[in-house]
Amino acid sequence: MPIIDSLLNDFFWRALIGGLGVALIAGPLGCFVVWRRMAYFGDTLAHSALLGIALSFLISVPLNVGVIITCVVIALVLVAFSKTRTLATDTLLGILAHSALAIGLVTLSFMPDVRVDLTGLLFGDLLAMSRDDLLWIYGGAAVILVLLVTLWQGLLMSTIHEELARVEGFPVERLRLVLMLMFSLVIAVAMKIVGVLLITALLIIPAASARRLARTPEHMVGLAVVFGFLAVGGGLALSWYLDTPAGPSVVVTAFLAFLVTYSTTARTAA
Amino acid sequence: MTDPLVTLDNLTVRFDDRPAVDQVNLSIHRGDIITIIGPNGAGKTTLIKALLGLQPITGGKVQRAPDLVIGYVPQNLQMEGTLPLSVKRFMALSGRNRAECRKALARTGIEHLVNASVHHLSGGEKQRLLLARALARKPDLLVLDEPAQGVDINGQAALYELIRELRDELRCGVIMISHDLHLVMAATDKVICLNQHVCCSGFPADISHDPAFIETFGQSVAESVAVYHHHHNHRHNLHGDVVGHSSPVDSHGGSCDHAHH
Repeated sequence: MPIIDSLLNDFFWRALIGGLGVALIAGPLGCFVVWRRMAYFGDTLAHSALLGIALSFLISVPLNVGVIITCVVIALVLVAFSKTRTLATDTLLGILAHSALAIGLVTLSFMPDVRVDLTGLLFGDLLAMSRDDLLWIYGGAAVILVLLVTLWQGLLMSTIHEELARVEGFPVERLRLVLMLMFSLVIAVAMKIVGVLLITALLIIPAASARRLARTPEHMVGLAVVFGFLAVGGGLALSWYLDTPAGPSVVVTAFLAFLVTYSTTARTAA
Repeated sequence: MTDPLVTLDNLTVRFDDRPAVDQVNLSIHRGDIITIIGPNGAGKTTLIKALLGLQPITGGKVQRAPDLVIGYVPQNLQMEGTLPLSVKRFMALSGRNRAECRKALARTGIEHLVNASVHHLSGGEKQRLLLARALARKPDLLVLDEPAQGVDINGQAALYELIRELRDELRCGVIMISHDLHLVMAATDKVICLNQHVCCSGFPADISHDPAFIETFGQSVAESVAVYHHHHNHRHNLHGDVVGHSSPVDSHGGSCDHAHH
């Protein structure tokens, strides 16, 4: 039946196009997560996305908007709290990550009339990519890419040495905020692909794979994007042919690529 | 004399009511080489960071000359190993062009490392790289936090000599923190002994005989760099608190006759 075929194709292509769009921005941002040792931070933001979804239902705003706002607020709270130093940052992150996730789940359970696909939220629902989702992904990607290109020197310098960057006149605090904003945005759009529990994987695994092969920061970003593309393409293929869940398949593919890179380059790495 | 590059006016930085830097007055002019010495926890790095605007101050004032270009050499550069970075790229991030970066690397003697990864540099090479980066910015003021850390003893002497030469070439002011007392004494114009407040300050030849200096660094260190003696009007216990004033006595140069909390 040709009609069904073309429909299925449509789904597949939508999923692929959306996935590649997310990988395009997850590459550079994932590099920053790795360079700035923010993996746990990213996890916390991702978990709080579920709270954002619950809140969006509660006050009826678009899901993406709710997620972005919640992530930004949580990021700001984290930055403020990490300055007080009464709790170690990882403790604080642990508290906020799991509390936000739990509060999100509890809040959703109070809304029986809201039909949510919890598995989809937690692990992604790549094959249910809609046209609106694509619009969000490519809109978000455009914003992030413009920001990255214009602020690249400052972002890089404040990552290499924050105090040196400050003495040289880069607005380090503002750059940090912009980075938080970009993380929130990427989480809001990547949620669709791999779900809140696996977003960090999509950020850090391609970047980590790229590290072994890269000689410059820009080179690493480019390679991270390529590894991201591979993960999305491979994951979708797995899902298509073996009927595996799409989000986890993407992460598994990324992990396989990571293993291959590390085992083949372990000795020569810079 | 020309206007100072930086003036510290009763600068105070407190952490939880404990002063880390207590009412320090200091001005740095072009051509000065000022070295801050003092025991661990004396507030040396805090003072430098306040001067650079990296550390919020709780009292007093830091006045920088307008459009002051500062070259900062931070204490041990911890490069994040996950970020691939070559010497060349690190230099380029200073915003200066390739020729200027090359020249600065040549001046600090590491031009041959231009394509190397910053993660593969030795301690001494890293310090020279940081110095080259500061240099490329053509600074009015060079601020160095323990520049000779991780550098072997021959390298240290050469490094301090290089700093003196750079001062002459750039006509800049230099302020640095150091632990290498012998080398400091040889390489600097003015020494400030810091222990929250300025214990004593003056020319290297004078300060090594200052009782405050001797108490801070111990008799044996002082003797090894000392010849001459003078009295001082207070002493410190192990915590750096002032423990009693001896009778009023002469004090030389910028030495101490200050109020305490």
